[in-house]
Amino acid sequence: MADKRVIVVGGGLAGLAATIRIAEAGVPVDLFSMTPVKRSHSVCAQGGINACNEVARQQGYSEYQHFDETLYGGDFLADQNPVLEMANWAPRIIDLLDRMGVPFNRTNEGRRDLRLFGGSLFKRTHFAGATTGQQLLYALDEQTRRFETEGKVNKFEWWEFLWPVIEGEGSDKRCVGIVAQDMRTMQVRAFRADAVVMATGGVGIVFGQSTNSVICTGGAASRCMQAGAWYGNAEMIQVHPTAIPGADKCRLMSESARGEGGRVWVPRKPGDTRDPMTIPVEERWYFLEERYPKYGNLVPRDIATREIFDVCVNEHMGIGGGNMVYLDLTHMDPDYLTRKLGGILDIYEKFAGADPRFTPMKIFPAVHYSMGGMWTTYEAGDYMPDAPMPEHVPGTPPPVDAEVGRGMVRGAPNNMMTNIEGLYAFGEVNFAYHGATRLGANALLSCIFDGLFCGEGVVNFVNNTGRSAADVAPSVYEAVVKQEEAKAERLIASAGPGGGDDPAYNAYIIGKEMGEVMTATSTVVKTEAGLESCLNTLAALRERYGKVRLSDTATWTNQTLSYARAVGDMLILAEAIARAGLLRKESRGSHYRTDYKDRDDTNFWKTSISRFNPDTGSVDVSFEPVRAGLVAPRPRTYGKDTHKETEKKETVAAG
Amino acid sequence: MSAIATETTKAAESTRTVHFRIKRCDGPGKPSRWEVFDVPVPAHANVISCLQWIAANPTTADGKATTPVVWESSCLEEVCGACTMVINGKVRQSCSCLMDEYAPNDGDTITLEPMSKFPVIRDLWVDRSRMFDALKRVRAWVPIDGTYSLGPGPMEGPKESETRYKLSECMTCGCCLEACPQYHLETDEAAWATSFIGAAPISQARLFNEHETGAVLKADRLEALMGPGGINDCGNAQNCVQVCPKEIPLTESIATIGRAATFEAFRRFFQSR
Repeated sequence: MADKRVIVVGGGLAGLAATIRIAEAGVPVDLFSMTPVKRSHSVCAQGGINACNEVARQQGYSEYQHFDETLYGGDFLADQNPVLEMANWAPRIIDLLDRMGVPFNRTNEGRRDLRLFGGSLFKRTHFAGATTGQQLLYALDEQTRRFETEGKVNKFEWWEFLWPVIEGEGSDKRCVGIVAQDMRTMQVRAFRADAVVMATGGVGIVFGQSTNSVICTGGAASRCMQAGAWYGNAEMIQVHPTAIPGADKCRLMSESARGEGGRVWVPRKPGDTRDPMTIPVEERWYFLEERYPKYGNLVPRDIATREIFDVCVNEHMGIGGGNMVYLDLTHMDPDYLTRKLGGILDIYEKFAGADPRFTPMKIFPAVHYSMGGMWTTYEAGDYMPDAPMPEHVPGTPPPVDAEVGRGMVRGAPNNMMTNIEGLYAFGEVNFAYHGATRLGANALLSCIFDGLFCGEGVVNFVNNTGRSAADVAPSVYEAVVKQEEAKAERLIASAGPGGGDDPAYNAYIIGKEMGEVMTATSTVVKTEAGLESCLNTLAALRERYGKVRLSDTATWTNQTLSYARAVGDMLILAEAIARAGLLRKESRGSHYRTDYKDRDDTNFWKTSISRFNPDTGSVDVSFEPVRAGLVAPRPRTYGKDTHKETEKKETVAAG
Repeated sequence: MSAIATETTKAAESTRTVHFRIKRCDGPGKPSRWEVFDVPVPAHANVISCLQWIAANPTTADGKATTPVVWESSCLEEVCGACTMVINGKVRQSCSCLMDEYAPNDGDTITLEPMSKFPVIRDLWVDRSRMFDALKRVRAWVPIDGTYSLGPGPMEGPKESETRYKLSECMTCGCCLEACPQYHLETDEAAWATSFIGAAPISQARLFNEHETGAVLKADRLEALMGPGGINDCGNAQNCVQVCPKEIPLTESIATIGRAATFEAFRRFFQSR
């Protein structure tokens, strides 16, 4: 077994969890990241991480209920078996993080505290202040550093993944390494590996401004897609209901603000310009609580987003007539808020200049998460009921226990492997688990679950494959290095005196225009006409991108090159997102079409699969049935009350 | 329907001009130079959005074509620590540096420089590898038995957990080191072991010493901080705690580790007899 190695690309929660698991099993890991891994985007996650716990269990909750909620939240688009395994593992993952020293909030008795989160009526979210993602990432970063000192992990930080190295043709294709570029010296180099784990996160920058970090371009996923990997449910983009719009990005205002009691409202009088604190309660419209008496402010994100959008854009009831609503915590004890939400309240205060303990926050939806991602497979576990189960009733015995292997076979080499042998996708970059909407505090879970659970499969794969990347001909690697060097040289050569002067061929301007059209047509509300015009705009942008001119010719630390290269890849990913959205003629979860308002299980209870077509240079989309059988799909209403709605309109009319 | 973007589009309608004086350097060993950019600044802008504007419009105030300014950034929410730089002489994250506060008037000037205690890679981007290396030296981790399911970690009171949470918010940004008179730029890695390690890793040593399992390595951590470049090199200037963006009680951590190191020294002295 000498010389077997694994490459992990990306050092967020999924990448680090995979690194730790694989290195622990004795297989050396080369870890690549565009940023020192401690600065990965996972730090931005705020609210918490879901898992069944003893208190919730005694109130009637179970791992199975967590599974059922996650499927319902995702509008039944996720393959079902992997979600069951993830929910079953959640309590074990919390325990492990606890052992690693994550400073979870504690009760007086010293137990882990819990909070309420969207899409559930039970407290099952564990948290560390309001910077849970940061704290979990740091714990995994520390364990990775420990393995690094023991020589089991080799970090390549400030290295950008450029392309997977793939050997063979057709079904015999396998991934044998990567080509990457040192972002400082600009050296392009090939690295051998017996398996490659992509853990490169989301695609927010495709939409220009989002809650994502600047490195979340989706460039790495797009490169894999161009090299033959499939991309699933590209159209499923989560727009988070509560963000703080900014000039450079939209900053997230965590769902935990509502989980701890935050209320969303607008003045009942359109265009009311009074100080919100002086508006009496009866003159405030708590539209989420009114429309969804059962879940109130904690309906899933796509629903809250559409309601906010509806109130502002269709009903013109936003604050001062603009596109903003209040998220109000001022009725709560400021000390309690500091203890539970300090991190995010500081962010609001720093960036919006007002203290949310004493002033209602002004928020609006922003692109947040990609449920879609690289297509992956798995080995289904041993649970399959005779007939799909109906909605689970809390407190009744679950139809299956939470033992390992019910949902996915532990250690199976194909768990979260892409359609290319040896190429895996973990975390946000894959399409598994979240279907058409992700529930809050399930992302941290899915990332760590992938790394820990599916990391074992990677180890088994490299130990049992019978082939070794060490035997692959050097020419296979050299060819990809040449391809990437040529691409970089072509971009550098485009830069002349005054390069970048013409906005038509300026990568930053092309990127900005892509973000604008994607946000306008491919987020909260989609239509056929909008998506068709989006595809036309993207085609025009690609035409312009063909003549892109850089403004920096440096052969040292050239960030303009890196960004310009990513813009080309983002344009292809954007096409997949828009085209899959155009072809999915139904509404499901985050994907809302005004021309097809209902879910259509007959025609679209299916995964969309985007494949890059090298002959046309464009993206082909097909649909495959969802792998289900565990739970029968049911209408996703979250108990919406349409009765009160009518009453409210009458009140407004009368007032 | 681009309602999501409306706010920023609206903001772009009225702008003021701010002069950005930026210290630039093409790479290690290359000379530094100043360049000035006139940036149209809308309301609610920050230093990052201005640098993004310069990247798309790389022309200096006197009309000379130049290259986009290079800087490191990631989250833009002041939780990753990447975009730290020296702004108007003070070290801080550039994402949370709001233009309405720093340059409220038309014609105001803002000066951006790279941190001076770390080697410059290019322009405002510096190499803080030494900070991550220091985390290895103080064994900043909990030595768990592995990732298999072994039940929960130790119970912990809410006060203890809150103390550790505060320390654990350190994002390795380096503000405390930039401001420290005892912490020096060391381009030669060999000097890292003996030159003052600074507040951030000392505070991290405390974080793990205060965890029940983490305390197993307490003696090793103290050992690393008792030699040259360790706790005794602190000059007690207390600049660190003033510049920490997360308000981590760094001087308290230094005092705690200092006391622990003294006890450890006594313990060793009496044990060795």
